[in-house]
Amino acid sequence: MQWEIVIGLEVHAQLSTQSKIFSGSSTAYGAAPNTQASVIDLALPGVLPVLNKGAVERAIKLGLSVGAKINSPSIFARKNYFYPDLPKGYQISQYELPVVQGGNIQIQVDGAEKNVRLTRAHLEEDAGKSLHEDFHGMSGIDLNRAGTPLLEIVSEPDMRSSAEAVAYAKTLHALVRWIGICDGNMQEGSFRCDANVSVRPRGTEKLGTRCEIKNLNSFRFLEKAIDYEARRQIEILEDGGSIRQETRLYDANKDETRTMRTKEDANDYRYFPDPDLLPLEIPQSWIDQIKQTLPELPQARRDRYISAFALSAYDASVLTSSREMADYFDATLKQLPAQAKLCANWIMGEISGQLNKEGIEMTACPITPSQLAELLARIHDGTISGKAAKTVFESMWNGELDKNVDAIIEAKGLKQISDDSAIEKLVDQVLAANAQQVADYRNGKEKAFNSLIGQIMKATQGKANPAQVNAMLKKKLDG
Amino acid sequence: MFNASLKQLSLQLAEKKISSTELTTEFLKRIKALNPEYNAFITVNEELSLAQAQAADKMIAAGQAGPLTGIPIAQKDIFCTKGWLTTCGSKMLSNFVSPYDAGVIERFNQAGAINIGKTNMDEFAMGSSNETSFYGPVKNPWDHAAVPGGSSGGAACAVAARLAPAATGTDTGGSIRQPAALCGISGIKPTYGLVSRYGMIAFASSLDQGGPMAKSAEDLALLLNVMTGFDPRDSTSLQRDVEDYARDLQKPLAGLRIGLPKEYFAEGMSKDVESAIEKALDEYRKLGAQTVEVSLPNAPLAIPVYYVLAPAEASSNLSRFDGVRYGHRAKSYGDLADMYRKSRAEGFGAEVKRRILIGTYVLSHGYYDAYYIKAQKLRRLIAQDFAEAYKQCDIIMGPTTPTVAFNLGEKSGDPIQMYLSDIYTSAANLTGMPAMSIPVGFGDKNRPVGLHIIGNYFSEAQMLNVAHQYQLATDWHLQSPV
Repeated sequence: MQWEIVIGLEVHAQLSTQSKIFSGSSTAYGAAPNTQASVIDLALPGVLPVLNKGAVERAIKLGLSVGAKINSPSIFARKNYFYPDLPKGYQISQYELPVVQGGNIQIQVDGAEKNVRLTRAHLEEDAGKSLHEDFHGMSGIDLNRAGTPLLEIVSEPDMRSSAEAVAYAKTLHALVRWIGICDGNMQEGSFRCDANVSVRPRGTEKLGTRCEIKNLNSFRFLEKAIDYEARRQIEILEDGGSIRQETRLYDANKDETRTMRTKEDANDYRYFPDPDLLPLEIPQSWIDQIKQTLPELPQARRDRYISAFALSAYDASVLTSSREMADYFDATLKQLPAQAKLCANWIMGEISGQLNKEGIEMTACPITPSQLAELLARIHDGTISGKAAKTVFESMWNGELDKNVDAIIEAKGLKQISDDSAIEKLVDQVLAANAQQVADYRNGKEKAFNSLIGQIMKATQGKANPAQVNAMLKKKLDG
Repeated sequence: MFNASLKQLSLQLAEKKISSTELTTEFLKRIKALNPEYNAFITVNEELSLAQAQAADKMIAAGQAGPLTGIPIAQKDIFCTKGWLTTCGSKMLSNFVSPYDAGVIERFNQAGAINIGKTNMDEFAMGSSNETSFYGPVKNPWDHAAVPGGSSGGAACAVAARLAPAATGTDTGGSIRQPAALCGISGIKPTYGLVSRYGMIAFASSLDQGGPMAKSAEDLALLLNVMTGFDPRDSTSLQRDVEDYARDLQKPLAGLRIGLPKEYFAEGMSKDVESAIEKALDEYRKLGAQTVEVSLPNAPLAIPVYYVLAPAEASSNLSRFDGVRYGHRAKSYGDLADMYRKSRAEGFGAEVKRRILIGTYVLSHGYYDAYYIKAQKLRRLIAQDFAEAYKQCDIIMGPTTPTVAFNLGEKSGDPIQMYLSDIYTSAANLTGMPAMSIPVGFGDKNRPVGLHIIGNYFSEAQMLNVAHQYQLATDWHLQSPV
């Protein structure tokens, strides 16, 4: 039987507010345990939550970016359960009326475009951390993270492969960073995925029983966990078994998922509207104001790159994979209009490659867009060859000669020979010294031509303008 | 001195006839002598109170005194008070010294008032007799065999027995008004949102409201002036212009239309209470008011609605008392679940457990719609009844309680009978309207009777006017059991 995999994702994006969602404590990562836990975060008797407007603003930004409905009012609800790192004995979340409802995200997989529908996105607070090591049979509790604002973004079960799920997660990851609502740091847990996975016979409508895989904190784990889980379910079904609805954990070391809890021992969370927080009313004027502050979105920018600069869909997608890269591209292109493809190639190639190699962010790139534009201008006007430009690039990256392009070209003697008469002289010399190959070429051996080019370039240490050499040689031989 | 009004005390302090330190010392002495009998206070801390008194004396000397500067106030042990044991009447918090002040406490501190002690109360404000307190029952100063009412029983007793000039209380279903009625004092639950709930340990968040308890309506007005006001730390706190609740005290009552809900003058009210209430209404007619019959058809549902919503919220509010970060933790336990189970089993009393169970049940999957959602709908209907009634009258009156104070132990084994003592009071919490009780005479066994005055939203100044005019014409509020 042919099986179809059905995947929906729940993403917890930590919102980039300075303070927590219901208290004034800092959200900075990495502080000493419990130094960022106020009386409110500790849930002392009598304390009350006050909603952080910045968290709501960020939720609205996401909603506007995905074309969702912003609910007004939306309602905060209590999700009741006991755990030591949940100080109040309930988590303040949203249940029946989330702040963001619906919306769509476009993903690209293997050159094809696909739409993934969003169900909702709701605001909630994070729990603290339980530390089970180093306490000799006891557990430590760190409440620094308790009350950190999260936006839980829930998709419809619209994805059909781990590749689609990863594409969706990456697109969403890029989007939340693009609009500045989440730093996207997956190591620190700022962007965590839960995957709901089920399988069904291809061609059928009815969804299979799903399992939820919790807390996948890298795209690679997301892909591997889904692949493993789908295989597991298919094997069970093919052996005549049935899937039990449950929550599972992915073990990266063993590359497998295993049961965390079954539906039977799931909590009854007893959701009800939190009487300490009034229904959240969002005036249209505030939504309009936030709309004004939104940057051009990745999808729009991608479309613009394709239509205005004739870039390929692939190039446009890569360039818009982060706002920093797109902004870098725009700034470079501004200095070098009409050279979109050249700029794109260098940013996607040399710049990205070097950044990756050194593990630094685009914002910390040692070569500014205008410096890159200066370099590319020298390729474009024929001063240097593409190959020589790579040498110049390396010098600039290392900060040599104040990253002055012309100074580096001069110092390294990389200037291209573009003088027609000089090139003609070179060609003549090489032809005279290689009579055999000239004869071969004339007898139909095309390969001889390349050998002659090689000789000329070698004679000039690669500095001859290849296009000119090519043309001159052709003229002389065919002439 | 012990019978003096707040205004008189303030005058004596201003004229330097007595210092705050002397006044505070006198009340502390009286508490020391009489509290062992009444059990009105859980915590008295002479050192902290006297330090405040000395600071108040400096304020007075510097000419910076306000109306409450230097005056001792008894604080219900539900208000978190920095440096003070704050128990909420529970074993669960019997070791909890608060590191912060509630909004209400801050306001009294800023006014220069003296915290004379933390008053006894039903555990987590759940009770109508003060018998559920971990710290033992409180006696009714009028009859030591009787309960003082609850949950603010210690506060009512302290004022009635003249252990404090005034006190704070909180009211979720009648916890200010019912003990005020049973102890023959005055008490008001303001409109929901006027008094900050920050630092007031939550029982049922959508119903809880703090308020003052005192000997007279005039005193209540001065206390409300200090207690009310916007607090940004409480999202349900209302942002309104500051008002002087004493501004209308002297207005004559001619033309006042008093609504008498027929549902409140029906079966259930005892004869002695009815007779005292009728006499009070006659007095109002003499003062120029007219009475009109109104109807609150859904009022009889207030108790069942209340006993769905209040426990639902309480079951969640009390989840934080888990023995993990503060409060009682069982001495020995096995795993985590066992620690929770034992700590909460030991830390909470029977009534609190009963309400947590009810609340957990009504919020559970499959029951939520039938109980919680339905109760919320009825809550709106009850509010609509009041809105209709206020088209025909300015203010509503009736008995605060169906009977005078019952005996200690009389109802403690029968929760339903106990719950019915809030039959007239809980509607004001469900609607958020202000309501008060003033003493209007005595019933069986010479125990006090309270008149319940319910006003429309934000009509506290008018209600206090209505109460004050009655108190100018009568002297029930001046009678003291001691």
